[in-house]
Amino acid sequence: METYTLLRQFADSWMLLVLFAFFVGVVIWVFRPGAGKSYENPANIPFRHEDKPAPARGADAKEA
Amino acid sequence: MTNYIKLIVLGLITLFALIAANYARDLAYMVHALIIAAVAGGLFLWVLRHTDEPQAAAVDLSGQYMDGVIRAGVIATAFWGVVGFLVGTVIAFQLAFPGLNFEWAQGYANFGRLRPLHTSAVIFAFGGNALIASSLYVVQRTSAARLWGGNLAWFVFWGYQLFIVLAATGYLLGATQSKEYAEPEWYVDWWLTVVWLAYLAVFLGTIVKRREPHIYVANWFFLSFIITVAMLHVFNNLSIPVSIWGSKSVQVFSGVQDAMVQWWYGHNAVGFFLTAGFLGMMYYFVPKQAERPVYSYKLSIIHFWALIFIYIWAGPHHLHYTALPDWASTLGMVFSVVLWMPSWGGMINGLMTLSGAWDKLRTDPVIRMMVISVGFYGMSTFEGPMMSIRAVNSLSHYTDWTIGHVHSGALGWNGMITFGALYFLVPRLWNRERLYSLSLVSWHFWLATIGIVLYAASMWVTGIMEGLMWREVDANGFLVNAFADTVAAKFPMYVVRALGGVLFLLGAVIMCYNLWMTVKRSPAVAATNAAVPAE
Repeated sequence: METYTLLRQFADSWMLLVLFAFFVGVVIWVFRPGAGKSYENPANIPFRHEDKPAPARGADAKEA
Repeated sequence: MTNYIKLIVLGLITLFALIAANYARDLAYMVHALIIAAVAGGLFLWVLRHTDEPQAAAVDLSGQYMDGVIRAGVIATAFWGVVGFLVGTVIAFQLAFPGLNFEWAQGYANFGRLRPLHTSAVIFAFGGNALIASSLYVVQRTSAARLWGGNLAWFVFWGYQLFIVLAATGYLLGATQSKEYAEPEWYVDWWLTVVWLAYLAVFLGTIVKRREPHIYVANWFFLSFIITVAMLHVFNNLSIPVSIWGSKSVQVFSGVQDAMVQWWYGHNAVGFFLTAGFLGMMYYFVPKQAERPVYSYKLSIIHFWALIFIYIWAGPHHLHYTALPDWASTLGMVFSVVLWMPSWGGMINGLMTLSGAWDKLRTDPVIRMMVISVGFYGMSTFEGPMMSIRAVNSLSHYTDWTIGHVHSGALGWNGMITFGALYFLVPRLWNRERLYSLSLVSWHFWLATIGIVLYAASMWVTGIMEGLMWREVDANGFLVNAFADTVAAKFPMYVVRALGGVLFLLGAVIMCYNLWMTVKRSPAVAATNAAVPAE
């Protein structure tokens, strides 16, 4: 089989399926139960540490 | 010890560049070799003067953000912005009044030479510096970590400026590989690859050493922009130099493959450089300026993945009715239309971030700028999918409608969000309480907005008129209009467009004055970077 035909058949079958499944997986993951709560913390990242970096690794747990 | 290695390398580069200047087969290559020799030679002297000097004790800077390089990036953004807008205005007048292609400047400053200078100056010099500066600002704040790699960030900054200078001088002197938005010749492409990988290292290194457990969504957009642009740049610039002593190179791909790779690159330069990267700016600066978190973090994640998956396929819509197979251009068209959804999802996410804070629009011209930029993003991401439909494209392609579309996106979305980010960054980076003048920001806002409206409206009119004139046939099936007829008919719209450009340029000059006075005159606040404890 020609490389072109082979690649094209792969692209419009299995690869398409993998990419589509990945995307659907992302959407399902985002809407999993309890997701809304878990995203409240990341959404507020821009409002911390504006002036200087976080001090040390150990302090993360308290802030988060 | 490292200084000795640096000296050897810089000395060898200087020597090689001088040999190259001597053997140069064309003017552009010779000028570039001399520029490189001057830069490497200057660096050689600078390193030499700092070698074997007593070292100051190493200070632990990990408790501070690295803002020097971002200040430099902000200055470069404003500078290249004005240069790019100025060249754009000049070539707009050249189209309206061909006499401005002066006889004495033929071959250097005529439209054909200045046009790539304009596009590269605004996209890569203005937009690129804005992206590098803001991404390095945002990644530090959202990772709660100092930039990784120390002075590597300075290498990225200065290396990128060198790329801009080499590209710009190359266009004027005729070194171009004739690929739209990828005009620089082979050695300039190699240099950009080195600089870009260093940029990736700095950005990724900072993310790796982050102190926040989560990678904020803006960084996802920035990272995808950096990685995808690296990939696009390398594939679209696969070429073999004719001689190591000359600027000319030959593309590895040929024919329709070359066209497809070019527009895969070209459209994703729009998709990842001008969209994903600037969305990273939106997801940080809009929430910061509105002082509330992004409307929906869930939507931002879906926005990211949808945009990444879909944009990469949209390129073939640039090649309707060409040698490209129909299935490929249909694929590009379908994905372009599908792309409408994530684009508007992102727009809604940006706009709705202001819900509950809409009153700020009345009092804060900076947020007004950001909101109108998101509005223009929504408008041009509706117009784009529509123009990618084959039937619409048969009317719009090769006409000024395309140019109008590009500019409503570039001036409206990229320009306005960058201006907003600059107004946000300058007081913070220079420790000023506030901007010098909010009324000057309002002036900038209205001048730029009216300029864009004049530009886009005149290009819609002239583009559709031109498309209809080209396809008009008489009862016997003969074309009614000669090409020159359309050129003559477009004159008034060309003048209006150029005036729109003047207004936009004027706004940018006012911004530069305002930012300069902010640094000079605004009251200072106590240095926040190191001394003040975190809340």
